[in-house]
Amino acid sequence: MSHERQGATPARWGADLQTSLFAKGRAGRRATTMPAWRGDDVDTALPAGALRAAPADLPSLSEPEVLRHYTLLSNLNHHIERGLYPLGSCTMKYNPRLNEKVAALSGFASLHPEQDEADLQGLLCALKLLQDALCEITGFAACSLQPAAGAHGEYLGMQVIRARHLDRGENGRTEVLIPDSAHGTNPASVVLTGMKPRTLKSGPDGRLDLDALRAAVGPQTAGIMITNPNTLGLFESDIVEVARIVHAAGGLLYMDGANLNAILGKAKPALMGFDVVHLNLHKTFSTPHGGGGPGAGPICVTQELARFLPAPVIREDAGVYRLDACAGECRPSVHAYMGNTGVCLRALTYILRLGGDGLTRVSERAVLNANYLRKRLEGLLTVEHAEGTLHEFIATGADWKEKFGVRTLDIAKRMLDYGIHAPTIYFPLIVDEAIMVEPTETESKETLDRFVDVVAAIRAEAERDPDLLRTAPHTTPVSRLDEAAAARRPDLSWLGPCNCG
Amino acid sequence: MPYTPHTAEDIREMLDVLGLATVDDLFRSLPAAVRPPAGLDLPSSLSEEEVWRVMSNLAALNAGQDELASFLGGGVYDAAIPAAVDAVVSRSEFLTAYTPYQPEVSQGTLQVIYEWQTFVTRLTGLPVANASMYDGSTALVEGVRMALGRTGRDAVVLPAALNPRHRRVLETNLASEGVTILTAPIGAAGTTDPAALRALLDGRAGAVVIQNPNHLGLIEPVDALAAAARDAGALVVASVNPVSLSLLKTPAEYGAAVATGEAQPFGVPCGWGGPLLGFLSCSDELKRLIPGRVVGRTVDHDGREGYVLTLQTREQHIRREKATSNICSNQGLNMARGTVYLALLGTEGLRELGAANRVRCEALRAILRGIDGVQLPFAGPVFNEFVVRLPRPAREFRAFAREQGILAGIPLDGFAGCGAGDLLVAVTERRTADEIERYGSALRDFLEQ
Amino acid sequence: MVASDRKYTKDHEWVLAEGESATVGVTEYAAHELGDVVFLELPEVGTVVAQGEAVGTIETVKSVEDLFSPVGGEVIAVNEAVLDAPETVNQDPLEAGWLFKVRIEDRSEMDELLSADDYDALIGG
Repeated sequence: MSHERQGATPARWGADLQTSLFAKGRAGRRATTMPAWRGDDVDTALPAGALRAAPADLPSLSEPEVLRHYTLLSNLNHHIERGLYPLGSCTMKYNPRLNEKVAALSGFASLHPEQDEADLQGLLCALKLLQDALCEITGFAACSLQPAAGAHGEYLGMQVIRARHLDRGENGRTEVLIPDSAHGTNPASVVLTGMKPRTLKSGPDGRLDLDALRAAVGPQTAGIMITNPNTLGLFESDIVEVARIVHAAGGLLYMDGANLNAILGKAKPALMGFDVVHLNLHKTFSTPHGGGGPGAGPICVTQELARFLPAPVIREDAGVYRLDACAGECRPSVHAYMGNTGVCLRALTYILRLGGDGLTRVSERAVLNANYLRKRLEGLLTVEHAEGTLHEFIATGADWKEKFGVRTLDIAKRMLDYGIHAPTIYFPLIVDEAIMVEPTETESKETLDRFVDVVAAIRAEAERDPDLLRTAPHTTPVSRLDEAAAARRPDLSWLGPCNCG
Repeated sequence: MPYTPHTAEDIREMLDVLGLATVDDLFRSLPAAVRPPAGLDLPSSLSEEEVWRVMSNLAALNAGQDELASFLGGGVYDAAIPAAVDAVVSRSEFLTAYTPYQPEVSQGTLQVIYEWQTFVTRLTGLPVANASMYDGSTALVEGVRMALGRTGRDAVVLPAALNPRHRRVLETNLASEGVTILTAPIGAAGTTDPAALRALLDGRAGAVVIQNPNHLGLIEPVDALAAAARDAGALVVASVNPVSLSLLKTPAEYGAAVATGEAQPFGVPCGWGGPLLGFLSCSDELKRLIPGRVVGRTVDHDGREGYVLTLQTREQHIRREKATSNICSNQGLNMARGTVYLALLGTEGLRELGAANRVRCEALRAILRGIDGVQLPFAGPVFNEFVVRLPRPAREFRAFAREQGILAGIPLDGFAGCGAGDLLVAVTERRTADEIERYGSALRDFLEQ
Repeated sequence: MVASDRKYTKDHEWVLAEGESATVGVTEYAAHELGDVVFLELPEVGTVVAQGEAVGTIETVKSVEDLFSPVGGEVIAVNEAVLDAPETVNQDPLEAGWLFKVRIEDRSEMDELLSADDYDALIGG
């Protein structure tokens, strides 16, 4: 290996981008060593035809080099412990460290999924406690912890609804109604269970249109998927009537629980008339997002639907817990085991810490924070459907586009320069230039006030120097990236130094 | 109240700005009928110390693989986790970040994903990989969907010796999509019979699943199976234990179009089976059918190298009802675990990991061969897992061994022609020579009692 | 003013008839509105398509649109060059950025398409 002299240049702290791991290290270096084998020699040869031609080519680094590489990479990330993360619909609340400490306990983390119940009594008790708590929060009778994410919960929920109709011989119920403000996963989940989505247009106030609903239901209706409060942050106040209409037509109601953080202790999905709900433990119940997962998307259902949930089912008898395989029943399965148990334990820890009183206050403060922020932004950003918003609200950058020629994307990118993560943008699709803000309950009034100051400052910049926004961000490790080039000629794994420039 | 900063003054001032008297005024849009009259019937808030006591007491009621010598496998394995893995993923920068939708402030997460994709391609030999899936079972479902989407066919062949938990998830998913499931039988050797597979392929099947090693631990005749699939115009979807790829032929080498599997042994705790780490990789021809997140390398406005989520038009938030998958997350933090783990191993470490599994597995097999009445019913080569046939019910031995601190294996009764005496035994690098000796002694004692 | 040598569709495609062959592409207006084109799926040569049938897709970073065949007939050529360099569609949509050619079966189908003036009016030109 030749050693070319590479010029060294000073760089601003944090501004030096990372060399690829695959360009680092040197053959012969190592971090991990295997425990020595202290037993007899045995023949471990495998037939040549079963073997790979060459060892997998991985970089060779020492442990300090690996730690330094990932520590430097970590410095390039925004995260909750660094600053405000007001992503609408994502509920980026503080992730308590206690959750992590609990989930890492060897008594939980080292359990194998094929162990006997006798070795799992504490775990099964914990999971039953969580199921019971989620049922109390939602008002339902039964809970499955198997779905590994919200979209996975939607999928299982649709399977449950489909199974119930088939069980009653109602094979023709294959249409699922979905409001046009819904998350993209909703229609995708419906299609994958062999049913058909049908879009329902929202009314002028951003809520469900009852007349459109009445016209849409029929003998083909399997159900309806509703996010409540919806993606505009509005409670579907006609929900009881919606449920009456759908049930009268023979359909079932599915609630996307993405926005449950608005209504803990204030409203229960079962009382609204829903039959199934999924919860996002990584949103409402404070488990970390981990840069994209793992989360958990348990579903809760009515007593009638309990028998369509995955097996095994945790049962308790006089303080002894067992796993009932439900032999002879035909139940769905969407995960090799019982789902993201480690995430469930974090959520239980959070629920125990907050208690019933604390959970109710979570929603009160989340809604107070969002409303305070919405009110304070008046005059800076136009808020759509402002009346009655709960934990989040939708602003629009449409008037900035008109007045200053900057788009929502530009506003979002400029926020990054102020150390704030941008809100969700261009969603929901029904609002032009949407900016969706959800501050969550864990942010202080001072932080919200600063957000308002930042928006005011950016607005002044837009007026004075719109190019500053159009070319933002300016202080981040990289500037805007060429997404078109990335998609045209995908470079998806490291084959050598970048030739993408 | 825990985790929120609001003082009474804060709340008063905020309500004043809103012109409201009480916080409950904010909930006026909720009709009375949906509101629980008495709030939530849950215990009151506890202090951190109290919660810690409750949860650590519950943990103490369990007995896991840190205190018991585990020979359990079947897809999840008791593998060693270097401390450096925990150190990296407990950093808030990785732990509490969201999906990298704003790439300018997410280069850390994005580069880790790109590194994971690279590691997966180097293990499987296939050129494209995604940012991970929920687990090995759902990765396999998506792999089958890709192959059926590509071939436009509506049947899949599953091997009889497929992980039964994966098979259940496939059945749930594929049945409602109208896909026909055919089963390729195993021969006397315990591996899929290539001639029987050929006979089954009638032009309807678009995908043939090969699990290697199979659920009996045996190395499959991958070349013959893949050739049969190829001749019938079906694509091979491999499901592999990635630890075995330290030594075994790669899916690319036998012509698989998609390779999937469960990468939990790469630095992820068993955690009673979740969260896990599914991986998925594919050939270049299939790259625009790959589900989930994919990261690509590009340049920024100033010509600096950087990373972005790419090929996003495949995803549900754009295609909605036309999407072929509804996944909108990955196993981010567990994927980071896998990435750091492989960075720590390197080429040499991975090879040694394979060797460490092999020697322990063969050492136990040698001991078991020497016990009267005990059989190793299949003669073919294995990686780190195998079937042992006992003259008495395996469940009874499992209970007996547990009394001696040993998790002896997974009873296979009823699976792929196995009987009550058959036990699936896995041996990882964590098992010591002493524990392996004790396994043999326990079995001798059990048979003599 | 849009090019007057060809016909148009309300899906913002252009059709240029030369003998029995019709060349199809997207309009300048469409290329601008779509933004950076990153990927195309085009029909295979030899496929017989009906007028108005969806025959492929055009993708940008964050959208996917269907491509339709403005006239029926057999696909006799596709532009391999734009598959390798999709940016051509943005740079030169009317010439180098053409997408596919169809052998016209029924001449009368050409008459159903929009004239340059009609299309100009459609896009408010």
